[in-house]
Amino acid sequence: MIMEPIKPFSSVAVPLPIENIDTDQIIPARYLKVTDKSSLAEGLFSDWREDPNFVLNDERYKGAQILVAGHNFGCGSSREHAPWALKAYGFRAIISTYFADIFRNNALKNGLLPIVVDAETHQKILDMIAEVPQTTIHVDLEAQTITLPDGQSVTFPIDAFSKTCLLEGIDELGYLFTQMPAIEAYESAHPPRVSIGGA
Amino acid sequence: MAKTLFEKVWDAHVVASPPNSPSILYIDLHLIHEVTSPQAFTVLRERGLKVRRPQQTIATMDHSTPTTPRGLDGIIPVVDAMARAQLDQLVKNCQEHNIRVFELGTEHQGIVHVIGPELGLTQPGMTIVCGDSHTSTHGAFGALAFGIGTSEVAHVLATQTLLQYKPKTFEIRVDGQLADGVVAKDIILAIIANIGVGGGTGYVLEYTGSAIRSLNMEARMTICNMSIEAGARAGMIAPDDTTFEYIIGRQYAPKGKAWEEALAYWRTLPTDEGATYDRQFTLNADELVPMITYGTNPGMGMPITGQVPDPAKVGDASEKAGLEKALQYMGLQPNQPLLGHPVDVVFIGSCTNSRITDLRLAADMLKGHRVAENVRVLVVPGSQQVKKQAEAEGLDKIFKEAGAEWREAGCSMCIAMNGDQLQPGQYAVSTSNRNFEGRQGRGGRTFLASPLTAAATAIHGVITDPRTMIRAKQPIEVN
Ligand code: SF4
Repeated sequence: MIMEPIKPFSSVAVPLPIENIDTDQIIPARYLKVTDKSSLAEGLFSDWREDPNFVLNDERYKGAQILVAGHNFGCGSSREHAPWALKAYGFRAIISTYFADIFRNNALKNGLLPIVVDAETHQKILDMIAEVPQTTIHVDLEAQTITLPDGQSVTFPIDAFSKTCLLEGIDELGYLFTQMPAIEAYESAHPPRVSIGGA
Repeated sequence: MAKTLFEKVWDAHVVASPPNSPSILYIDLHLIHEVTSPQAFTVLRERGLKVRRPQQTIATMDHSTPTTPRGLDGIIPVVDAMARAQLDQLVKNCQEHNIRVFELGTEHQGIVHVIGPELGLTQPGMTIVCGDSHTSTHGAFGALAFGIGTSEVAHVLATQTLLQYKPKTFEIRVDGQLADGVVAKDIILAIIANIGVGGGTGYVLEYTGSAIRSLNMEARMTICNMSIEAGARAGMIAPDDTTFEYIIGRQYAPKGKAWEEALAYWRTLPTDEGATYDRQFTLNADELVPMITYGTNPGMGMPITGQVPDPAKVGDASEKAGLEKALQYMGLQPNQPLLGHPVDVVFIGSCTNSRITDLRLAADMLKGHRVAENVRVLVVPGSQQVKKQAEAEGLDKIFKEAGAEWREAGCSMCIAMNGDQLQPGQYAVSTSNRNFEGRQGRGGRTFLASPLTAAATAIHGVITDPRTMIRAKQPIEVN
């Protein structure tokens, strides 16, 4: 998928400060029987959304594009349906103290920014939201910063390769094809370790 | 320079490492299933691409397939229209790209992580990926095996490579000897309870030590399977004679001269003397007891004789909130023991514990007993081959005579996509790998445990320490 480059944006941030939010909560398995991606928004956190007090049911957070989650967001399954559902719902960035490996990979491939902040900043953001529920955060990928309403700017890490891909909308599959000579050279030097035979 | 097992396998598969970019890693074997592949094939179709190495790709049906008995025509009926469409799509995609697919109910169909090893496809030193996080299972053979997302499935289909940053290494050493009634599942649940569900994030785990070496291959697979539940990229165990004896003669294993060559290479893979890891953790197998989880992630585990932890005693605010939420969902009180807690369902299956040795453990426990009234017990073999073997040994009879359901192969109640699911509020002891909220059915509450604990619990209808059931006269057969 060729992605739209990520430009700076500002949005209200939704607080979901629960640690170890797993992919089964983000998108329960019963929504995985689709062969496309379009219908996944309704499945996002669908079990939790049954509770009228769940934060996504709060009118004030309609249209929010940033989610502030607890530690270790996205653990569990490899289902890319998780970032697909978050994107389909309208999220463009998730802030946490760290992300599960596969989720982070999947998110980056779909233009969903996993923003890692230290525990202190994380707590500060949550405290700000507790005080002012519609706290707005500014995200600038180019500068690798988020800016809080008090003007504090916090840098976040992202690897150079992913950053370039996201800023320029480069797609990784296309990039891999530019490496084809090396792939072919590897294959001629290494016979396949298994050969299964076709359909 | 002295290298670890992981470093040897990684280095042998780096196609290129451009500066400031992830490495391009060659993939030897790509496993696919119906749930995470359709959108990847769509990418290929949209771009007019072909599958680069269909002969290194294999497909099975497992996640959403029914495990209900066959009709008189010998066919397993799929009543869910969406599941049917997904299965049909897989067949179509595989036919179009010349990929072998093991269709529902056929000889070699089963859970993707059960059939790979069973067919001899999983071999030491390989890189193996699948759009499924429990691909870590295959690391039991000394392969580097990990789960990928659907975009990456498309990358591997089209290029047989992946963009990857090199993970760090983490040695988990388990020395000593397991007591009767304590099995591989208890080892891995204890490890995750110690290091936490995020403890392995960014690492590839290597399990070492005398207790690991003494395990058979299926028990090793149980351990590596749950590496992802500690957040690890992969889990690995160095190949040894136990590994080679398991592989020899299997359908896709190397034969003749190729076997000799492969074996010579495989023997070079174990971690060199003097190689170092980025992190280490040690566990003493002598002290282990059967484990059970009480909460809603696999790190919330404890000795079966223990008491549910008290959030009031947890210092960290977010950990405390997590525990409170988990106990509320589970309907449990702080400090309560779990022994004697009633359950509604016992599930024996999943890529963690559905192989023949797992079923033998459960059958040995259930033999001559009836399962408790009001407890539904499902036994779901991991593959058609496991099912056949179990039936040849008469295990199916033991299960049925005990009052358990003997089902067709698949993921079943591990993920509850196929109709096998808990009802809201129900309690289950499950041999699967995830106790997340709603994982086994909306509102369902899962206690993860070993096949022995599951079987002992089935008999009494309440959580039971399997050690109390082990008849002194008969040691358990674990081979
Ligand atoms: S048995 Fe469960 S964990 Fe294993 S592949 Fe199937 S759904 Fe995933």
